[in-house]
Amino acid sequence: MTAATAHPAVSHLAATALRRHVRRSGRRRRLAAVGLTLPLVAYLLVFFVLPILGMLRLSVANDELATTLPETTALLRAWSGEGMPPEDVLAVLAREMRAAHAARTLARLAKRLNVESAGFRTLVLATGRNLPETPAGSWTETFLALDPEWGKPAIWGALRRAAAPWTDLYLLAALDLERGEQGEIRRVAPERAIYLGILGRTLWISFLVTAACLVLAYPLAYLLAGLPERYANPLLILVLLPFWTSLLVRSAAWIVLLQREGPINQILQGLRLVDQPLQLVFNRAGVLIAMTHVLLPFMVLPLYSVMRNIHPSYVRAAISLGASPWLAFRRIFLPLSVPGIAAGCLLVFILAIGYYITPALLGGADDQMISWFVAFFTLQTVNWGMAAALGTLLFAVTLALYALFARVVGVDRLRLG
Amino acid sequence: MHLAPGRFVLWSWAILVLAFLVLPLFVIVPLSLSSGAFLSFPLPGLSLRWYRELWQSELWWRAFVNSVVVGTAAMVIATVLGTAAAIGLELADFRFRRLLTGLLLSPMVVPVVIVATGVYFFYLRLGLTGSLLGLALAHAALGAPFVVVTVSATLAGFDRNLVRAGLSLGAGPWTVFRRIVLPLVAPGVVSGALFAFATSFDELVVAMFLTGPGQRTLPRQMFDGIRENISPTILAAATLLVLLAVALLFAAEGLRRRSLQLRGIRD
Amino acid sequence: MQLRHLALSGALGLALAAAGGPADGRDLTVVSWGGSYQDAQRQAVFEPYKRATGKALVEDSWNGGIGALRAKAEGPATWDVVQVETDELVLGCEEGILVPLDWAKLGGKDRYLPEAVHECGVGNIIWATVLAYDGDRFKDNPPKSWADFFDTKKYPGKRALRRGPRQALEFALLADGVPLDQVYKVLRTEEGVQRAFAKLDSIKGDLVWWEAGAQPPQLLASGEVVMTSAYNGRISAANRNEGRHFRIAWEAGYVYQIDSWVILANSDKKEEALDFIAFASQPQQQAKLAELIPYGPTRVDAAELIPEAVRNDIPGTPGNRAYGLFFDRDFWVDQVEKLTERFNAWAAQ
Repeated sequence: MTAATAHPAVSHLAATALRRHVRRSGRRRRLAAVGLTLPLVAYLLVFFVLPILGMLRLSVANDELATTLPETTALLRAWSGEGMPPEDVLAVLAREMRAAHAARTLARLAKRLNVESAGFRTLVLATGRNLPETPAGSWTETFLALDPEWGKPAIWGALRRAAAPWTDLYLLAALDLERGEQGEIRRVAPERAIYLGILGRTLWISFLVTAACLVLAYPLAYLLAGLPERYANPLLILVLLPFWTSLLVRSAAWIVLLQREGPINQILQGLRLVDQPLQLVFNRAGVLIAMTHVLLPFMVLPLYSVMRNIHPSYVRAAISLGASPWLAFRRIFLPLSVPGIAAGCLLVFILAIGYYITPALLGGADDQMISWFVAFFTLQTVNWGMAAALGTLLFAVTLALYALFARVVGVDRLRLG
Repeated sequence: MHLAPGRFVLWSWAILVLAFLVLPLFVIVPLSLSSGAFLSFPLPGLSLRWYRELWQSELWWRAFVNSVVVGTAAMVIATVLGTAAAIGLELADFRFRRLLTGLLLSPMVVPVVIVATGVYFFYLRLGLTGSLLGLALAHAALGAPFVVVTVSATLAGFDRNLVRAGLSLGAGPWTVFRRIVLPLVAPGVVSGALFAFATSFDELVVAMFLTGPGQRTLPRQMFDGIRENISPTILAAATLLVLLAVALLFAAEGLRRRSLQLRGIRD
Repeated sequence: MQLRHLALSGALGLALAAAGGPADGRDLTVVSWGGSYQDAQRQAVFEPYKRATGKALVEDSWNGGIGALRAKAEGPATWDVVQVETDELVLGCEEGILVPLDWAKLGGKDRYLPEAVHECGVGNIIWATVLAYDGDRFKDNPPKSWADFFDTKKYPGKRALRRGPRQALEFALLADGVPLDQVYKVLRTEEGVQRAFAKLDSIKGDLVWWEAGAQPPQLLASGEVVMTSAYNGRISAANRNEGRHFRIAWEAGYVYQIDSWVILANSDKKEEALDFIAFASQPQQQAKLAELIPYGPTRVDAAELIPEAVRNDIPGTPGNRAYGLFFDRDFWVDQVEKLTERFNAWAAQ
């Protein structure tokens, strides 16, 4: 009998103590994990998730009428929608419109109605300004006298839709759809149908940039991965440099380079490759060149890190078994590098669809992507519903791609440096 | 060398791509040193007049100071929260961890215009628009994932038993963190901090949505300049920013190597 | 040690950020149109104002648009005094985002041209959108009309217009052969609007859109476009300050109008703002501005203070009056939103 085989009771006691100890330290570890992670989670919830949820909500928010004309809103919700509303509803509408005009809050409602049809802003504001305290004859006549538009079903349909608690107006508009007179969903008139085109353009530009990045980056990453680290690292620094440089600096540099009398055109003309300077900026070409430049490091790095881990002996084995170098590359190396291709392409594509500054600076009017319109509707026209709806669309696409990335590549590979 | 001609093509391609990446950044340097106002070669002569103009411009100075203040504040918030979270993730159970990592890193991929719009509406209610503090708070959310990533990278291959040992020997989480974890992750923390600072320092869209003329930042100043008139003054500012990028890059690279050494991984 | 540094710089950064924070320490913010125009204003108005009152003044720039004004009015106060175009003045006043002015403090309405007087705004310059080109590039056969502007065969290359329907539609109709005095009559019909858009569509691929007034001289200087619409003062300023040889084709026809100073309703410095406007509207300031950049004064008593040499560069003066089309305020107040929407949809397609 040795010391190692102690009395069963003693060893049982020790095991229980150990188990309890382990359990306690496990609990402490979990507690520490939660305690350490929670602050950032909470912070992001407040300053990142909550604002985004707020934006999503705005894409269906419909509270302008309810806040400006609360009583009218309730009455309109109950009204049948036939012809013009009855006198008592019109009387409340007139009173509340006058009050809103005095409080200068009518503009908010006017803005909402103008989304339904341009022209309602003027109608509502002018009516608010001119409504008398007591009707000349009936309220129906008074409204019609102020503007015959009040006799048409369009304005009442718009008001009734504005009285609902939620609206799908903006989300439909973001897909070039609208509701007809009967509430049916239909396509908008061709001259107003622009957003699907913009979505398509956003995806197309992102696709082209991704493809260009892959074509440029793959051979470079291949070469770097085959070099000893002491040579590869300095070259990788060259890849990282643009990554650390301000986006604005890079955009400025490209505008200067690409402009009509800039260095690139000077060189092309000096070499007699072209006789007229090429238009390379303020159009699609400028956007594609600059975006490729900005996003290229995001393609090189994942490719490089995957290729680095492909053991050269695989390719060597194939060659020694009689495969040509090209065949060995195609059958061995290329398939092994697919995870890098997937990671790089998805990442570049995801980042590209959200681009705003580069197209804004280097593109023309018909090169702007969804982000530009989100900013435009927020900052230039105060059409928050439309901004939020386009933002929601962009967010949905991004989220889907991010989920795909997480599934195919894994979020752990989201290394940008 | 079986592939001599192939290697040649490959090298040429790689050099062209590297030139494409780097040369545009350096074309602006000589132009910023031009004595003339036009942005084309050949230069009429060399001078520092545009740097002098930059130096004397009150607008550029104020923008620079605003950017540094916001960048520093955002960096600190992001670094503290991000480091803690990266360590927390390292200790966490696996299933829980993937989902959480996905959430914590999402600010890196969500289009910044969405964040900007959302925060803009959010701040309108809180009355935080038009303040540097509000901008810094939003920038911190954008920078934190970078800290999580860099700190997590230094934790990769980190021996968890060290933490377990510390905890089971009765040390509190804070002591374990300070005495065991922090020294090992320090390079990751600092390079994450650099990332977070650079993220804020270069951020334009959120700044555009949230700030007024009193809180103009450097990217905003650059953007307006580029839109209106790319003068050599802007290129002078851009040149200085490229130098800053070089400095940041070498700092980050140095830290990465140091971290590899610390963890006994040969570079 | 690193940790302590980090904490220290963080505390400092946060403190500074908070100090530079909410609107309390805000200075009077005056918003104008940037570039060489705002440079001239700084010299003629802003700096003298600062010297005379000892008060601080922050500048910002914008590129117009009632929507941008509304966006500012919805948020917290960041702008106080803004220089706006006529349609923005009328719409903004109607919607309550601009405040009525106390005309007694501005010297009385009769001191100004009648077109410069409005409940919510006082006119500060007369300016024009003109056809401009680089004289160095066109030696013998420069463009003389808007028809030339739209003729990409005779004058190959890109051309630029201000982004948006204002002036672009007028110029398109002029190019399409509508006489100067018929332009707004034609534009008031749906066929006229269609005709203007069709004309723009005919050179859409060759059009570059500018937003800031500083862009057109830049586009001409870099050779990016062969001709452009431009604010007349910017062209003169580029010639004077940068030694350019840009030319204005006055005879092609131009649209001239009045910009006004207004005060935003959400400003918390309305008194100071009015003081500033009163200062800026003095005849000496207006005349000095016109001398620096040839935009016409709106005060009757400023006209004689302007040097003879610059008078001919000012829109609406005898030398060029015959080619000028005065901006139809009523038309644009009614139509600007509808047409802007239509324009944006057209441009984005």
